[in-house]
Amino acid sequence: MKPAQESKGAAIDLESISKAYGGFKALDGVSLRIEPGEFMTLLGPSGSGKTTTLNVVAGFTDVTSGKLLVGGRNVVGVPAHKRNIGVVFQHYALFTHMSVGRNVAYPLTLRGVDQAERKARVARALDMVKMGDFAHRYPSELSGGQQQRVALARAIVFDPPLLLMDEPLGALDKKLREWLQLEIKRIHRELGTTFVYVTHDQEEALVLSDRIAVFNRGRIEQVGTGRELYDEPATLFVGRFIGDSTVLRGEVRSDGASTALTIAGETVTAPRRIAGETSPVMLLRPEKLAIRRPGQDAAGTTNRLPGTIAEAIYLGSGSKYEVRLDDGSTAIVRSPLTGDSFGLGDKVELCFDGADAKLLAEDSSADATLT
Amino acid sequence: MEMKPLTRLLLGLVCLLVAIWLVAPTLVVVPMSFNENKSLAFPPQGFSWQWYQNFATSPEWSASFLNSLKVASVVAVLATVLGTLAAFGLDRMKAGPAGLLRMLMLTPMVVPGVVLAIGIYAVYLDTHLVGTMLGFVLAHTILALPFVLIAVSASLEVFDRRLETAAASLGAGALTAFRTVTLPLILPGILSGLLFAFATSFDEIVVSLFITNPYLKTLPVQIFSSITRDADPTVAAVGTILLLATTLLIGGGMLLLGRERKGRQ
Repeated sequence: MKPAQESKGAAIDLESISKAYGGFKALDGVSLRIEPGEFMTLLGPSGSGKTTTLNVVAGFTDVTSGKLLVGGRNVVGVPAHKRNIGVVFQHYALFTHMSVGRNVAYPLTLRGVDQAERKARVARALDMVKMGDFAHRYPSELSGGQQQRVALARAIVFDPPLLLMDEPLGALDKKLREWLQLEIKRIHRELGTTFVYVTHDQEEALVLSDRIAVFNRGRIEQVGTGRELYDEPATLFVGRFIGDSTVLRGEVRSDGASTALTIAGETVTAPRRIAGETSPVMLLRPEKLAIRRPGQDAAGTTNRLPGTIAEAIYLGSGSKYEVRLDDGSTAIVRSPLTGDSFGLGDKVELCFDGADAKLLAEDSSADATLT
Repeated sequence: MEMKPLTRLLLGLVCLLVAIWLVAPTLVVVPMSFNENKSLAFPPQGFSWQWYQNFATSPEWSASFLNSLKVASVVAVLATVLGTLAAFGLDRMKAGPAGLLRMLMLTPMVVPGVVLAIGIYAVYLDTHLVGTMLGFVLAHTILALPFVLIAVSASLEVFDRRLETAAASLGAGALTAFRTVTLPLILPGILSGLLFAFATSFDEIVVSLFITNPYLKTLPVQIFSSITRDADPTVAAVGTILLLATTLLIGGGMLLLGRERKGRQ
């Protein structure tokens, strides 16, 4: 058996890791520190490098350059089977010729754990994922969600200091996914192991993670808690990828203290400016925008933009509107049930406080990557 | 879709006819083996076990039977090991050269047996392999290899290689992963390859006729020379025994496979 403190979770350090396939850079200088016991999610669109990063940590893919420390030890060049890292795959990867019990016992058998202890640990792992009654079944007799729970048990039964999960809920339906998210969160709390979780689903990332690393084109755009990413996106890509957002683009005028944007003849201002030559855009979260009928008194708000309701979605807890602005762009607004309701084609005005607008450097890839 | 009763009846009749057509020539052998006279006439006359007795006691027959058994067993093992390794290697190779190599290894199935036999005979004359056990084993292995290659390749085709990645993450080195995960999952393919290889060697006649000599005959060669010499009903007795043996073997194998599949569902 491993010493007890080793099962408490390892720190991971990725130091400017690059991975090139011919001319294509799958990873381009990725650096990331994951604290012991942390739940870190690698989030990004497909092809952004998040799965490659996971494969590098697991040892399935070798790196072109860079250093990878797991628990302080450089593991570059160490083969996957010697890393002692648990991995859960999107496709479950259960051994179909073995019963559930033998699947979970597999890593213990390889480690020469004696039979009595093996039995106890298999039972404990299966109980943890609530599959204790299924030890004698075969994978083909289980549903997708059950198979994934067995795969999870198999990946944690040998007490790895690090557990990697590659879109483990990607093949499951929404209800089951939401329930298993909470299960994974509970198991993380009970184990205290470091979890690294890959997903393209930003809601899933927000539910699960202590911190999230947002990937785009083989680089990390920003690392932070869900709240930090939502409230203070460092780049336009992050702002657009996490949560709904409205991006305002226009003719920029900037003085020492504030930035003004002229959009289809209307000017809005934010009491800040960004450094550098890049032309800034304004990013607004749906709840920071208010919607009014034209001419209605809107005391306290400095900025107004005219538009037309293009889509009205009833959400139960409130309404979500898509408003077509006069320059052709679309704004997304969430308003509480108590507010006025609007119909398609209604002429409206959007109001917001300039202090709520995030000024970010223009990045044309931010839109392209999302479609 | 639901079939009309008449359609179903007609279909059944046609199937029965085809089945009879396929099996009848083989089944004719069975009554002939019990013939009382030394002739291969059909229908046979009387009833006797003497031809079975002859098969068991005549040194010519039992020696050739044992030879065939020995050659086929060695060939089955050899071809299965080589064919499995080849299938595995080709599965993990780059597509282009793998396709070419695969074609090369399948040529013994395509090249006419006689042509192959002449080639082998010419080489064997020089290397003094005619009429030797080694000669038979080598020649039959060439012929049996493609069957193993095809059977194992088909298994590897459906094998999910990501399971090997999963095994590695759980602590299994490449060899351990192969032994504990890959091998058990492609075992049905390997076993059917083994069976095919055994059968290919056991009833091979064309090449065997070329490389045989009076001191070393396989069973098919013995059958052929016996029937060209005189109408010995021992041939029918041998045929019946082989028919029974293969039926039991294949039937048993299918039953086993069927039960295993059921157990996993």
